[in-house]
Amino acid sequence: MAIQIINNAKKQLLWIGMGSIVMFFGGLTSAYIVRKPEGNWLEFALPDSFMISSAIIFISSVILFFVKPTLKKNKSIYPLLLGVLLLGLLFFFSQFKGWQQLITQGVYLTGEGSNPSGSFLYVLTLAHLVHMLGGIIALVFITVKSKSNFYTIDNCLAIELTSFYWHFLALLWIFLFCLLKYF
Amino acid sequence: MSDHHKETFITKYIFSTDHKMIAKQFLITGMIMALIGMLMSAIFRVQLANPGEASVLYNLLPGSWLSADGALNPDKYLALVTMHGTILVFWVLTAGLSGTFANFLIPLQIGARDMASGFMNMLSYWFFFIATVILMSSIYVEGGPASSGWTIYPPLSALPEAIPGSGAGMTLWLLSITLFVVGSLLGGLNYIVTILNLRTKGMSMQRMPLTTWALFVTAILGVLSFPVLLSCGLLLLFDRSFGTSFYLSDIIINGEAMHFAGGSPILFQHLFWFLGHPEVYIILLPALGIVSEVIAVNSRKPIFGYKAMVGAILLIAFLSFIVWGHHMFMTGMNPFLGSVFTFTTLLIAIPSAVKVFNWLATLWRGNIRFTPAMLFAIGTVSAFITGGLTGLILGDSALDINVHDTYFVVGHFHIVMGLSAIYGMYAGVYHWFPKMYGKMMNKTLGYVHFWTTFICAYGVFFPMHFLGLAGLPRRYYTNSSFPMFDGLSDINEIITFFALAGAVVQAIFIFNFVYSIFKGTKASKNPWKANTLEWTTPVERIHGNWPGELPTVHRWAYDYSKPGAEEDYVPQTVPLKEGEEDH
Repeated sequence: MAIQIINNAKKQLLWIGMGSIVMFFGGLTSAYIVRKPEGNWLEFALPDSFMISSAIIFISSVILFFVKPTLKKNKSIYPLLLGVLLLGLLFFFSQFKGWQQLITQGVYLTGEGSNPSGSFLYVLTLAHLVHMLGGIIALVFITVKSKSNFYTIDNCLAIELTSFYWHFLALLWIFLFCLLKYF
Repeated sequence: MSDHHKETFITKYIFSTDHKMIAKQFLITGMIMALIGMLMSAIFRVQLANPGEASVLYNLLPGSWLSADGALNPDKYLALVTMHGTILVFWVLTAGLSGTFANFLIPLQIGARDMASGFMNMLSYWFFFIATVILMSSIYVEGGPASSGWTIYPPLSALPEAIPGSGAGMTLWLLSITLFVVGSLLGGLNYIVTILNLRTKGMSMQRMPLTTWALFVTAILGVLSFPVLLSCGLLLLFDRSFGTSFYLSDIIINGEAMHFAGGSPILFQHLFWFLGHPEVYIILLPALGIVSEVIAVNSRKPIFGYKAMVGAILLIAFLSFIVWGHHMFMTGMNPFLGSVFTFTTLLIAIPSAVKVFNWLATLWRGNIRFTPAMLFAIGTVSAFITGGLTGLILGDSALDINVHDTYFVVGHFHIVMGLSAIYGMYAGVYHWFPKMYGKMMNKTLGYVHFWTTFICAYGVFFPMHFLGLAGLPRRYYTNSSFPMFDGLSDINEIITFFALAGAVVQAIFIFNFVYSIFKGTKASKNPWKANTLEWTTPVERIHGNWPGELPTVHRWAYDYSKPGAEEDYVPQTVPLKEGEEDH
């Protein structure tokens, strides 16, 4: 198979896979939207940590836009990717912090005193975090390889795929955050 | 892909990345599961014919499933019904049908050496296989397998203490179906990408055989709808295992109020049926695609209305996403919303009628060859019409509520979805067997198999409509406690007779299948004189499909009995003559 066809196929695999993920979250969020107006719904303030998480993932996504231009100039992309990776890990930390704040507020996933509103929040953020794990693994992979200047502008499919996925996860989080905060 | 490296037994037959071998793995696993699922139905049909009596068939079950006098326990009746539905819907008619023919036909019909990713393809089967092992192991856990129906409605599925099958059996069901979905997604992604990228020179989408079109759209349906089942299952898992209240509310067990608050079991149904209805077409479309091919080849005529057929497939797929509410007319749905779902549901009749009309128009004045595959293909059309007509009744909310959850529904979906798809699967196996194994199946046995199956199937499912109209509810262990149904017990016995006979005659197919693999007459390269690319591959079935260059396509797949042609078929690889027009 020509390399171009293989690359196209891999990109399409990712795009269609992201379509599946959209449907997965579509199922969860539509359940949230349908359930909320039915009453018996605990209202609470969304922890600040989730706002910080949004800023972190937004910045990390913006940094990724500079990777290909840097590669074009034959400069090392390692610092950029390392930065994105660290921000990704920081996002995880911030999400855990958010859960801790929820517990302080008395919003639980389960058990006595829990309510579907809190449970939905935990499940949505957890499901997103599980998908982030895939992004982190991919980032570790390309960051390590970029240290030895493995990638060139003509050979950077892994970077393109990781970037697509990371931007997608960032958008997904922004959507979830807006849904949880403003709906 | 075309590099013919030395293969070991393990890499050739077990962890194979060759799409043809993976197709056979799906087929054989699907056939074994079909036998198990059919046997389960035979057992619960015996219970329905002779309620509370012992039967020699029950000896096949674990001893703890029977009462002291040898009768089937009521909770295990529910387990059998649940497992039968699960196995047939997912394992046989999704993986067995789509997994087999998508794997086998897509690369061969589009002129590719293999799938885009052989490794993902292999993973897809092994996820399916592990899911199979887990599902079957649930038979042996305490409490037995899941028993809340293949639709696993909460609260029975959400409370481990609800009924015996709600415990470990239900947990294994969820685990198994999760792995099944992962396998299906891996397969579906691969099928789509393969069709989009690996079509050989000249194979435009407009020239693609309808079978591949159907498999393509089926894969799209799968990757869009199965994730919603996963999200539905995820919330159920949290309710079951962590005590959340997504689907549960105000439950009292043994006088003790549970802590659940604010959940809604209707929410589960919305999410479940958002997958559930596209699933019907994930099952049906491959069969309809197979039928289009088999009817055109054996009518020796071009398929009538190729573009309309493609359009109908796309329209059916689109509509399948906006009709799920017709499974929920009895949930207290707003009547206006019910009328919207009625409207969208009845719209499906249009593309369905287009397909039926085009098949009949293809058959009309054709030079028909009644091969076993052709009989099963026509049988599919027949079942699609019969079952489709009762679908008009069930799709209309005002009519549906009268027969909701009765045997009318059981008769309807078994004919329109079960029979149509199983017949389509049989048509596919009889038609492509020579390409799969290089041998011919015995025709006479094929005819006997078709007619006996056809008679038995209608003997089982046609009377169910009358039971349903009389109000007999489905899923009941026995109706002997309700005197108003006493007069229906004869019909139940007749149905059971045909069910058992129908199960027995499948042995003819199994014998024919296995015997023909080893002792069948050697097949020629193109025994049906068909046009599609798979019939240009050598009989030997090599990894990489074609020795040397890939074929080039010059025309569509349905140039049968073309005026001016030397023979009554013109393969897709034959260049257009000067002045000859493509379809």
